[in-house]
Amino acid sequence: MKLSYFPNLLIFFLFSHLSCAQEENLPKIETPSKSNYTYEIVVGDIDIPWGIEFINENELLVTEKSGLLYRVKNGVKQTVEGLPDIYVRGQGGLLDVALHPDYQKNKIIYLTLGATLEGAAGGNTALYCAKLNGLQLDNTKLLYKATPNTKKGQHWGSRIVFDQEGHIYFTIGDRGNRDLNPQDLTRDGGKVYRLNLDGSIPEDNPFVDQLGAKTAVYSYGHRNPQGMAVHPKTGVIWENEHGPKGGDEINIIRKGKNYGWPKITYGINYSGTIITKNKALPNMEQPEYYWLPSIGPSGMAFSTSGVYKKWKNNLFVGSLKFEYLERLVLKNDKVVKREKLLDKIGRVRDVKEGPDGSLYLGVEGKGIIKIVPSK
Amino acid sequence: MKIFIIVYGLLMTSLMYTVFQKTRQQSISDGAEIYEDFCAQCHLDSGVGVPGAFPTLNKSDFLFENITRSIAAIKYGLKGAIVVNGESYNGLMANQGLDDEEIADVMNYILNSWDNTYLQTITTAQVQEVQKP
Repeated sequence: MKLSYFPNLLIFFLFSHLSCAQEENLPKIETPSKSNYTYEIVVGDIDIPWGIEFINENELLVTEKSGLLYRVKNGVKQTVEGLPDIYVRGQGGLLDVALHPDYQKNKIIYLTLGATLEGAAGGNTALYCAKLNGLQLDNTKLLYKATPNTKKGQHWGSRIVFDQEGHIYFTIGDRGNRDLNPQDLTRDGGKVYRLNLDGSIPEDNPFVDQLGAKTAVYSYGHRNPQGMAVHPKTGVIWENEHGPKGGDEINIIRKGKNYGWPKITYGINYSGTIITKNKALPNMEQPEYYWLPSIGPSGMAFSTSGVYKKWKNNLFVGSLKFEYLERLVLKNDKVVKREKLLDKIGRVRDVKEGPDGSLYLGVEGKGIIKIVPSK
Repeated sequence: MKIFIIVYGLLMTSLMYTVFQKTRQQSISDGAEIYEDFCAQCHLDSGVGVPGAFPTLNKSDFLFENITRSIAAIKYGLKGAIVVNGESYNGLMANQGLDDEEIADVMNYILNSWDNTYLQTITTAQVQEVQKP
C-alpha cells in the first residue's frame, strides 16, 4: 500500500464514523453579522413567564408557572386573584392564558394548568375558563381535565389558540408515558384537543363516533406541544413540540391526523439509545420541519404587521435550550432559512405579536421584552 | 429471660426502623427515579450539567459545603448568583413540587452517585425542618 493513500483512508474512516452520529438538519442556523434590532423590557422580574396574552395596546396578561397570573398595565404588574387550585410539579403549573375571541364584550379568559381535582395523587393538564373582573377571576369553570393523575413531571403541553369557527384548541403532552398515551385515542395525553368555546364537544370532531375514544381529541401522536399559532393567511394551525434528542418538530395540525410519536421520530433518547428506526410510516404525518440539534422550542408566533422590515409572515420560535429567538423564513410552508436573533437572551418561553405589531417575548428571569429597532 | 427481652427489644427496634424509615439504599434507588424525572434534563444523567448554564452536581463544592441550602434550593427553588467549582452561575432553578421524602431521596442519590460519597443519610424529617431562605 502506497503511503499516499493513507490520508484518503483516514478521511474515509473519519467520515464513516461521523456519519453514525446525528447530522444537523438543513437549513443551518445563520447568525446575522449585524442586527438592526434590540430589545427593551416591558415588565421585569418574572421567573418563568409561561404565557402572554394582550388585552389591548397597554395591557397584557402573563402567567408565571408557579401559579401567579399577572395583569400588566403600562409596565406595572398586579396579581389576579381567584385562580383555581394549581398542581405545580416538574414542567407543570400555571401554563397558558388566552382571551375569548369575544373578550371585549364578555371578559372571558381561558387558562391551562396542572390540576389534581379528584382521583389518585398527582395531576394532569386542565382547561378552565373564567370571567376577568379587573384583578379578580369569577365564574371559574372547568372545561376539560385530562386523566389519570400522575406524579410524573414531564410533558403537560400546553398552548391555547382559536379558529374563526368558534372553536378553542389546546394541547396536552404525553405526560411522561409515551408507550401508552400518544397513540391511544381512549387515553389523554399526546394530543391536540378541540372544543366549542363553551367547553362542549363539537359534533364534527374526528373521533366522536369512535367507541371509547376521547371525543375532544383533534389530532394525536404528539410528544410535548408547547407552541401553537394560527397562520395569518391560511388560518391553519401550526404547532411546535419538544421531541426527543434531535426530534423537536414543527407540524401543521390537521383534523384526525396521527403525528406518529413514538412510532416515528427523527430523534433518539437523551441517553443516546434508539427509540425507533422509523422516521416515516404509512398514515402518519411528517413534520414540516425538525430541529437537529434540538432547540427546546417553546412559544410560536407569526409576524404579520410589517413593523420589522423583511420579517413579514416569518415564523418566530423561542429556544429554551440555546436561549435565543429563532426566525424561520417559509416558502410553500417549508422552512427555507433559519436565523438566530437575540442570542443569549435567556430561556424564551413565549412569543406573541402585540396589537402594535411588535414581537413580545417571555424570557425566564427577565420578564416580558419587546423587540425594537436599534438606534 | 433478660436475654430474651434484650433480643426482643433489638428485633422490634430494627423492625420499627425498617417499617417507618426507609433504608439508605432504598432512598438512593428511589432518588434515582426522581433524578431521572426532574433533574437529568438540565444536570444530565452524568450529573455534570452544562458549563455556564447548569452547574455540575458531581464533585460540586457548592453542594457539599451547603447541604441545607441545597435542600432549600430543591424545596423552594434557587435564584441568584452562585459559584460552583470556581465557575459563576446566575440562573434559575424552579421549585419542582417534590415532597419532603422525594427531596431526601434525590439528595441521597445525588450525594452518592458518580464520584460523590456522603456518609450521612438525609432524612425526611431533616428536609421538613428546612425553612425558606
